[in-house]
Amino acid sequence: MIAADKNATNTAPNGASLPRTAGGGPNGSPAGTTPMVTVRGLGKSFGTNEVLRDIDLTVNRSEVVCLIGPSGSGKSTLLRCINFLEAYDRGEIRIEGTLVGYSEDSPRRRLTNRELRGLRRNVGMVFQQFNLWPHMTALENVAEALVQVRGMNKADAAARARQMLERVGLAAKADSYPARLSGGQQQRVAIARVIAMEPHLMLFDEPTSALDPELVGEVLQVMRDLAADGMTMVVVTHEMGFAANVADKVAFLDHGRIAAFGTPREVFHESAEPRVQQFLQTYHERNSF
Amino acid sequence: MLDTSLIIQYGPSLLRGFGVTILCWAAGCAIGMTLGFVLMLLRQVPLRPLRWLIRAYVEVIRGTPFLIQLFLLYNGGPSIGLRLEATTAGILGLGLYGSAYFAEIFRAGYQAVPKGQVEAALSLGMSYGAILRRVIVPAMLVSTIPAIVNMMAILTKETVVLSIITVPELMYEMQTMAAETFATFETILGMALFYWLLVEVTSRLGRRLEARVTRFLTHSSTPTPSTRTSTARA
Repeated sequence: MIAADKNATNTAPNGASLPRTAGGGPNGSPAGTTPMVTVRGLGKSFGTNEVLRDIDLTVNRSEVVCLIGPSGSGKSTLLRCINFLEAYDRGEIRIEGTLVGYSEDSPRRRLTNRELRGLRRNVGMVFQQFNLWPHMTALENVAEALVQVRGMNKADAAARARQMLERVGLAAKADSYPARLSGGQQQRVAIARVIAMEPHLMLFDEPTSALDPELVGEVLQVMRDLAADGMTMVVVTHEMGFAANVADKVAFLDHGRIAAFGTPREVFHESAEPRVQQFLQTYHERNSF
Repeated sequence: MLDTSLIIQYGPSLLRGFGVTILCWAAGCAIGMTLGFVLMLLRQVPLRPLRWLIRAYVEVIRGTPFLIQLFLLYNGGPSIGLRLEATTAGILGLGLYGSAYFAEIFRAGYQAVPKGQVEAALSLGMSYGAILRRVIVPAMLVSTIPAIVNMMAILTKETVVLSIITVPELMYEMQTMAAETFATFETILGMALFYWLLVEVTSRLGRRLEARVTRFLTHSSTPTPSTRTSTARA
């Protein structure tokens, strides 16, 4: 009921998000019309430092939204608020209509970790530093949450983990410990660990920023495949090429606000926003030699 | 000259003493580690009075001599209705003494667990219990085993204090032997050997354990980027 209410007031200044039907996402149910993520009036401060101010954002099913912008603009914080690894102070975030992090009945009661688990098992996150568990092999990393969260038995979890590693092209590395894998391979294991859980939504926090340049491509390719399969993705990235080619929507953040939002074409080529122009200028200068 | 007849005569009681020493030490370590781990966990609960209480406990234990703690427990205990047999008091005392140190070791280990590894587990929907068992404790073992083994080695030597409250451990038996035979040199030499043996075995086992839990790191020389949490956050 609250979800429907939210849909009615879907008047973000960003507006233009058309409901997409393409992509073959897991919808078709009545919930199929609810946006995957709605962010309304989101604000967050670290002490006196206001890192997010009045953010509005809608992510529809099967949509890929890239968050770009200079360092310190708040894009990673915004991403971390979506699965409540970071608590927000003002406004609200809803995933498939469900309020994130706070109690629906008494809105400022923060949910416990236990109460957040139901939401988090449907929202996967890929980190800049991979964050694999170093004492487990690639296979064990992927199988772990299947056993601990989904309650699968060990044999089934291992079989499924092996399939997922195959999907990211790492079946041969199943028994390797993370220390023996390259950064790109570690990040692909981290992605396999997430997709094994069949999330409805995947969050990527600068997934290629810690990688050597020659390893970036293999990770981006896996992400492209996921997007093509209809996965809903929110991606914080500095890879403008990926944003331009894969994203349905691009949000440009600056000083905690969304300064520009639209299709890649609208943001990259048609935006009159000087900060976007300046950011892209710097980006191009850095990437040419 | 070493008098071998003394060894034959006192051998059995010395061995028995050695057995009691090992029993007290092992049980004391087990209690100390268990209690220390619980204290470390309780310290993570965001409840100020509880934290102060635990800190006070740790400071008092670390700030006073073990002998005095033992006297308090064994001789002072009865006045508050706590009447313990000497060996029980010794084991309990050793455990309480060790718990303060183990709590500190575990606290440092807990803080050293890379935050990202915990966040990854949280983001997959794992429960705190599962995260503790499957992520935090294995990571803690890697960083704390040297300190744990060190503390265990210190505790082997603290067991001699138990002789003062008449626990029939090695030191106690040795003193009896020295008093009855006046063979001071043999006694002291023998005693040193026994304790050295115990410490040596402990540290060897510790090294093997360390090699085992860090196995996954020694397979490669490349450092894992996942051991650092992301500092550059947009």
